[in-house]
Amino acid sequence: MYSLSYRRASSVEEARRLFKEASDAAYLAGGHTLLPAMKQRLAAHDVLVDLGAIADMKGIGVSGDGLTIGGGVTHAEVAGSQEVKGAIPSLAALAGSIGDAQVRHRGTLGGSIANNDPAADYPAAALALAATIRTDGREIAADDFFTALYETALEEGEIVTGVSFRIPETAGYAKFRNPASRYPMAGVFVARHKDGTVRVAVTGAGNEGVFRWSEAEQALSGNFAAEALAGLSVDPDMMMGDIHGSPEYRANLVAVMARRALGSLGSAEAII
Amino acid sequence: MVTVSMTVNGRQVSKEVEDRRLLVDFLREDLGLTGTHVGCDTSQCGACVVHLDGKAVKSCTMLAAQADGASVKTIEGLADGAELHPLQAAFKEHHGLQCGFCTPGMIMSGADIIARHGSDLDEATVRLELEGNICRCTGYHNIVKAILAAAGEMGGGMKQAAE
Repeated sequence: MYSLSYRRASSVEEARRLFKEASDAAYLAGGHTLLPAMKQRLAAHDVLVDLGAIADMKGIGVSGDGLTIGGGVTHAEVAGSQEVKGAIPSLAALAGSIGDAQVRHRGTLGGSIANNDPAADYPAAALALAATIRTDGREIAADDFFTALYETALEEGEIVTGVSFRIPETAGYAKFRNPASRYPMAGVFVARHKDGTVRVAVTGAGNEGVFRWSEAEQALSGNFAAEALAGLSVDPDMMMGDIHGSPEYRANLVAVMARRALGSLGSAEAII
Repeated sequence: MVTVSMTVNGRQVSKEVEDRRLLVDFLREDLGLTGTHVGCDTSQCGACVVHLDGKAVKSCTMLAAQADGASVKTIEGLADGAELHPLQAAFKEHHGLQCGFCTPGMIMSGADIIARHGSDLDEATVRLELEGNICRCTGYHNIVKAILAAAGEMGGGMKQAAE
């Protein structure tokens, strides 16, 4: 890791100021993507602004049809939260399936969303649950937030302070993990909302990152069950291909994980 | 440079270190607590697991400065004087180690698993929870057995011990 200056912010405003004062700062949330990249000198920043001590980014709360989780809440806290399990059990399941126990103690919702790793779990939940990404200056619909691989609608220095998920009638999540990295090679989050709309979001597989599978959404609108997906498949040209799996393999995994997700509706245990 | 102060194994420590100092290097190099190991150095293997404010974390993937003000427990802080912690005793009794390199991380993770699951602990849970700790010798069998035995010893339930 190259030399750097560490600054701990106690408020969102202070974090913004510290970021602005530096020439090439980065925010440090859980640090489980950023620090490994910096250790390998794949990334370098003159200042790291630690968001970990900002109390305003720690809460979990239900109001009306929304579940709002602070950007600084860890995966372990989401997985263990009675409020999350009560409102959206499959979101608790998803959080409890990220990485390993030690990673879940450090990694945060805001960090995951802002990084938009194409194999991260949370972006699938954000899209399927019609989430609103809350930043220090505005609100962004999840549909507009994830723009490309590792790219989001965030402006330079903007902070994800929280995410509000729409509480669905029911939802499910299933993924197939790479046995070494534990990242999903395909993860599918399905949700039927209270107004009857269906959302299906796919992570880990698409060559442009997380995406909504509109054909599956249409098929499931009439019958929200695995049988409605019979014969449906995604285009392999839209899939990533690498040493871990071909585009055709991932396309097949997406269909299988979608069916499994429909078999896990309402469960707080992840299908992995 | 940054001044880092924290409680390590019940002892208050304060040192001036480089901002980029990793917590694991702070423990090993600055405090001489070499029981915490560096295995992969890429957040995979879990040889560096310590408890930060009571939660298991990988100390190779944290800056020492992030732990400023926190309470850290390492493998050196687990025993009660000459009396081994029940997990340490169980690893010895059940041959939960061969080369021993992963053992500090395994034991710190085991303590975290027992603390979080208590009487709900069973073999499948232990195996799932250990996914962040890699052992290249034992095949995990006796590690799982030792953690289940310690859970029983410590008052947590032992639903089904591996045979």
